[in-house]
Amino acid sequence: MGDDTPYLLDGSHWSGPQGIPHLVLAHLGYTGLALLCGLVIALPVGLYIGHTGRGSFLAINAGNAGRSLPTLGLLMLMVTLMGLGFLPVLIALTVLVVPPILTTTYAGLRNVDRSAVDAAVGMGMRPWQVLWRVEVPMALPVMLGGLRSAALQVVATATVAASVGLSGLGRLLIDGLSVNDYGRVVAGAVVVAVLAIVLDLLLGLVQRYAVSPGISGRGLRRRGAPVAASGPDPELA
Amino acid sequence: MITFEHIRKQFPDGTVAVDDLDLELPTGKITVFVGPSGCGKTTSLRMINRMVEPTSGRILVDGEDVLGKDPAVLRRGIGYVIQHAGLFPHRTIVDNVATVPHLLGRNKTERRRSALELLERVGLPATFADRYPSQLSGGQQQRVGVARALAADPPVMLMDEPFSAVDPVVRDQLQQEFLRLQSELGKTIALVTHDIDEAVKLGDTIAVFRAGGHLAQVGTPQELLERPADDFVRDFVGRDRGFRGLSFESAAGLAVRPLTDAGTAARLVLDDGGRPVSWEGAGLTGGSAAVDGTFTATDSLRLVTDLALSSPVGVAVRVDGAGRADGLVPHHDLVDHLAARRSTA
Amino acid sequence: MIDYLGSNSDVVLAALRQHVGLAFLPLLIGVVLALPVGYLGVRFGWLYHPLLNASGIVYSIPSLALFVTLPYVLGTQVLSPVNIVVALSLYTLALMARTVADGLRSVDPSLTEAATAMGYRRTRRLVEVELPLALPVVLAGVRVAAVSNISLVSVGALIGIGGLGALFTRGFQLFYTAPILVGVVLSVLLAAVTDLVIVSVQRAVTPWTRATTRRA
Repeated sequence: MGDDTPYLLDGSHWSGPQGIPHLVLAHLGYTGLALLCGLVIALPVGLYIGHTGRGSFLAINAGNAGRSLPTLGLLMLMVTLMGLGFLPVLIALTVLVVPPILTTTYAGLRNVDRSAVDAAVGMGMRPWQVLWRVEVPMALPVMLGGLRSAALQVVATATVAASVGLSGLGRLLIDGLSVNDYGRVVAGAVVVAVLAIVLDLLLGLVQRYAVSPGISGRGLRRRGAPVAASGPDPELA
Repeated sequence: MITFEHIRKQFPDGTVAVDDLDLELPTGKITVFVGPSGCGKTTSLRMINRMVEPTSGRILVDGEDVLGKDPAVLRRGIGYVIQHAGLFPHRTIVDNVATVPHLLGRNKTERRRSALELLERVGLPATFADRYPSQLSGGQQQRVGVARALAADPPVMLMDEPFSAVDPVVRDQLQQEFLRLQSELGKTIALVTHDIDEAVKLGDTIAVFRAGGHLAQVGTPQELLERPADDFVRDFVGRDRGFRGLSFESAAGLAVRPLTDAGTAARLVLDDGGRPVSWEGAGLTGGSAAVDGTFTATDSLRLVTDLALSSPVGVAVRVDGAGRADGLVPHHDLVDHLAARRSTA
Repeated sequence: MIDYLGSNSDVVLAALRQHVGLAFLPLLIGVVLALPVGYLGVRFGWLYHPLLNASGIVYSIPSLALFVTLPYVLGTQVLSPVNIVVALSLYTLALMARTVADGLRSVDPSLTEAATAMGYRRTRRLVEVELPLALPVVLAGVRVAAVSNISLVSVGALIGIGGLGALFTRGFQLFYTAPILVGVVLSVLLAAVTDLVIVSVQRAVTPWTRATTRRA
């Protein structure tokens, strides 16, 4: 396997433009940027469709359609069409990230308890206010869940994007493979896996704490007997 | 016969749902467990088929200790009807009904045939057989639930608030039909309800539960209404005790006046067959009012009282078996009759 | 694009065949394993959250990373298709175990109670009542897993085995869009057809979900 020192323990690999910290930052940068672009496009559309119910066909099927796009194919297609560089990759990443955000935003809004919306309208809230003060807070768990899985998808795709010239942790994998430096390959794989897991956990925390306790039940003591709809309770009568 | 002997149920968190229950449910009769929420009536019911295991004590079904039997086998021999029917949404109606026979290994043609028979018995058309539960109304689903419980012809049936989830009109229908069915089948039935009216209507015996599964009183509906054991039972049965008690008294002993002597300014109008149609007289709005309901000698005094009260002229009309008017009861006669009754009681 | 297809049909077909095998074998393995695992996650309530967490972690790992680390764990060659099959099976298992558990949990508890009260024992109840009722949720999960697998297989082209992914790398190396387009279109079509087949199976197998609610 060549080197005696494992890649991750060799100090020289932790500095410079090819160093691990630099690559991690680059990777996170691409992820953040792609998510931002995806949100800018998908969020308004998803909110509109979810709030009004119009164009639901698009929102429902976007998720399925997006999932069926081969990520490598899309990346290589964009680069072949537009040449090497960051822009084609960004476009490909955005195309991949828009469907899950769109679908989960729509689904989250659609599943909001209609009676709460009804009450809000009845109180005199304008559609805009109903959306931001009632619907979105209630749809937040689902929407954040969608953001979480979109983030993971970008991290994975950005890794693959090293094959079309992108920097980031994928470089360790791709470059390592091309020179049969498997120590480097595994190092890259381990770091990116850890990055993905940590990111997922962090977003999971955000998902938990950004949502109102009234909705998630976090920290509230359960009170009262179960409602009839949940089935007979041996404790009652 | 079902016998509870010193039955006790304590849950792991310490709550004692049932504390030393002794009760006998006669064979072939409907025994109703009634009481406020949390009194242990449902827990007691569910101990019969071991859906809840007793902490101590015995339950005997036809002489056999339920704890001595394999629970699954025990349950296949006991019909169980619950509040929202609990029909399997993924099976057709006929397959739902045939569930226990299916578990018992009966053959397919036989199962289907007897299931169809049962559907007819509970008043559902054969066209429903291959539909799914989601296509039936709540009342219809409940009938299927009863048919399902009867499918293996169990001697014992347990019913947990079977008619509570439907609207009052449907509930009344279901209760009537249930009584008719029971008169044909004669099962030993334990039925739980929180509705005292339902208990009075359906029960041959009523067991009133107090918190902790203690029995406040066990007796016939009439006994409960006329001689409640204590304040708890009195309050539970409610203020309408007196009025409700009239359901148990027949109109047979009630004297009637001839059709011409109503004692009012109005006159009863009959059709060609002698059946009452309307009242006519100056005191009525528009000069006449329809006769809104009649009673026969086999009906209860409760019905007569209601008719007299709601009649536009305060008179209840009695008819014979063919619907022909044969007597009148003005409300003051009714009151006299009730008073006379009391002095002989 | 059509020209490319015409003159390279054997290469394309071989790629497609490999792609189908590499996508569906793991799907089958993953689903079969997920049934007992998911069931255990429901039967033993305390297992549910650990199961969720473990699945979440496995599912977060980027595919390429998994493809290249598995040889070290399994002792296979780096460029072996076994890596792809194992990796995708793990993803499918991670997704489906959770789906099976959630599907079983979504069954109305009063129905399982009613079944027990009628005399059902645990195993038969699972097979005849709980699983059929959990099917809509489970099959929805199978759809997602199938389509994801189809998309992920092509990433394997970076380690030499990628089914239709080979068309992507070829096109990229030659700076030629035709093979890439053919690959993308075929991949999407394959996913669409698979999705349709699973939906049809779902409709055939769960007739009660479609019974029109005509209140008779």
